[in-house]
Amino acid sequence: MSYAWHWEVLLQPAASGTDTYLGWMLSGLKLTLMLSLSAWLMALLLGTLLGVLRTVPRWSGVAAVYVELFRNIPLLVQLFIWYFVLPELLPATWGDAYKQLNPYLQQFLAAWVCLGFFTSARVCEQLRSGIEALPPGQKNAGLALGLTLPQTYRLVLLPMAWRLVLPPLTSEFLNIFKNSAVASTIGLLELAAQGRQLVDYTAQPYESFIAVTVFYMLINIVVMTLMHQLEQKVRVPGYGK
Amino acid sequence: MTRRLAMLFALCWLALPALAQEPTLKKIRDSGSITLGHRESSIPFSYYDDKQQVIGYSQEIMLKVVAAIKAELKLSALQIKMVPVTSQNRISLIQNGAIDIECGSTSNNTERQKQVSFSNSLFVIGTRLLTRTSSGVKDFSDLAGKNVVTTAGTTSERLLRRINEEKKLGMSIISAKDHGESFLTLETGRAVAFMMDDALLYGELAKAKKPGDWVVVGTPQSREAYGCMLPKDDVAFKKVVDEAIARVMSSGEAEKIYSRWFLNPIPPKGLNLNFPLSDDMKALYKNPNDKAFE
Amino acid sequence: MMSYDFDWSSIPGALPFLWQGMQVTLQITLMAILVGIVWGTLLAMMRLSKQRWLSWFAAGYINLFRSIPLLLVLLWFFLILPRLLEGVPGITPGTDLRLSSAMVGFALFESAYYAEIIRAGILSIPKGQQAAAFALGMNYRAAMRFVVLPQALRNMLPLLLTQAIILFQDTSLVYVSALADFFGAAYKVGDRDGRLVELLLFAGAVYFILCYSASSLVNYLSKRMKA
Repeated sequence: MSYAWHWEVLLQPAASGTDTYLGWMLSGLKLTLMLSLSAWLMALLLGTLLGVLRTVPRWSGVAAVYVELFRNIPLLVQLFIWYFVLPELLPATWGDAYKQLNPYLQQFLAAWVCLGFFTSARVCEQLRSGIEALPPGQKNAGLALGLTLPQTYRLVLLPMAWRLVLPPLTSEFLNIFKNSAVASTIGLLELAAQGRQLVDYTAQPYESFIAVTVFYMLINIVVMTLMHQLEQKVRVPGYGK
Repeated sequence: MTRRLAMLFALCWLALPALAQEPTLKKIRDSGSITLGHRESSIPFSYYDDKQQVIGYSQEIMLKVVAAIKAELKLSALQIKMVPVTSQNRISLIQNGAIDIECGSTSNNTERQKQVSFSNSLFVIGTRLLTRTSSGVKDFSDLAGKNVVTTAGTTSERLLRRINEEKKLGMSIISAKDHGESFLTLETGRAVAFMMDDALLYGELAKAKKPGDWVVVGTPQSREAYGCMLPKDDVAFKKVVDEAIARVMSSGEAEKIYSRWFLNPIPPKGLNLNFPLSDDMKALYKNPNDKAFE
Repeated sequence: MMSYDFDWSSIPGALPFLWQGMQVTLQITLMAILVGIVWGTLLAMMRLSKQRWLSWFAAGYINLFRSIPLLLVLLWFFLILPRLLEGVPGITPGTDLRLSSAMVGFALFESAYYAEIIRAGILSIPKGQQAAAFALGMNYRAAMRFVVLPQALRNMLPLLLTQAIILFQDTSLVYVSALADFFGAAYKVGDRDGRLVELLLFAGAVYFILCYSASSLVNYLSKRMKA
């Protein structure tokens, strides 16, 4: 069996509806972007909160348990638990409310929460090391100026820590796009899932896979370029390189 | 060194689409082995028992076919390799030669015939719905605006999408990865109904925690013939397989196999599907053929 | 009130199968660690090499694998390796290649990550060390082998081990190639018996216990190394 390349298949009308197969792929790309960006937002918020707690002696234990929990279970297993198991453990009314949602929304929500929580544990650890890398004098100076502890964090420590940990956060940001591909396993039709679906529908496995691979590489390049520019902009003079 | 390695990679890459595939029988004779594709949870056609042995109606017939191939090639020994497949990858695996034959619960249709060949049919099913006795769903028209689950990559999935568009039912269709996952989706209340081949629905029903809560309903949306998938246009191989299946059916063996899997308790938990032999099946046993219904 | 009615009865009978799955998981992990470190070290050295085409090749390789999802890499290898090997004598197309394709895909993918860790490790060794080795009459190979790499490896050990734990978790993704690794086995039992919920929780608990113990051990070791 020799392989016949048919790149034009991507422009043919898809099996159902009026869209082309390339259109399917672009809709997958859109979902991948939406999922990753919204999960990143959640990870940043939650991760910051936890990162701060992690450096406050009284709360550090709670945050540590959280981090260990989300770091030591494979992402795929976490996703399946969020999607299949959690709705069964919730109070029946909540679980039922979730299950009555549109199925695509259910898949998206499960993947979003899963990626958000998973990544927040990583953001938390990065931020903690950022805060701990600051000289203790900064915190003391903030407190000595009459700022409360929350104010010290908000006005002094976090702005510095954020700028310090931006490079490692960039790699977590890149990871979230790649990790979002696991959402295909619960049926969310994001980029990787569209690639697989195209293999079934077009019987041209290489074309669809090459196209999907190129899309992921493009995401990577765009994100890296943007983050690099941001890093340049917010670099703290005199810190690091 | 590395450069040469890189060149080699590049060459393999270029050469890859051009590799030729041998006829299956020759391949089996030369290697002394055959690779069978099977399902993991298509109860009772092809699935694992408690010892992770593949068992089932289609599996039993596939082994008869293997015996016939062995006799045809006059081999003293034939090594059997088993590869589990899913609804989604089974066609690719036949196409890329990773498996020689797959007998499970694959419907023979003209669209798939463009990619693979099919043997004489093993089974004839109708696509129907599994739902809770208390759901009030009696037929497809009752599904308007509801969540309905089916297994990804199956003909039911395409049919359901088509019905949804043609009749403007506004259903939300959930495509689960395997039948067990589909049933979980149904059992946990995410979907009101599970559309699938009736025989498979009886299989899932038998697994339920309370089988009495479930019922198979609805006018069959299609009749489909299951066949073994074979590499496309390998005439000699198909002939051996077809003859073996026809022999099993005309000798009355097939009916015994049927009763073992559909009318008696089956592993792993001693469930009984109680799925009586249909008229379509009787006609098939009387007159084995490889016709697709659509 | 929880609405779910748990039934754990599937697990005891399935333990031998689950253990088989765990062996597959461990096999893939070990293979990927070994290949990853060896091939990763080579890649890191190429990346740092003054030969431009060597460093370009390594950079291209590393960036390619680091920019696409592991899941996609595994699907690629699952689809392609069988075709690629059709031409190799002794391997018939029928050979069950899922395990080997998963191993190869994993090893090649993880090498890119190991390469970056090892590159950082090599860069962490002061330039003067290499210069001193050269001054002692060592050539590049000897300087790397006896002076730079041993120290770099020691510095990187905690990171390498942490990466190994991540890798162990990532093996669960071979689920996409229908391979029965530990997670795949758990999923299959759950799917067959209609007890997915129970099996998923069980799998999660097992992974947690193993990974948590391993990472505690790594923390302990790296503290002791510093002391």
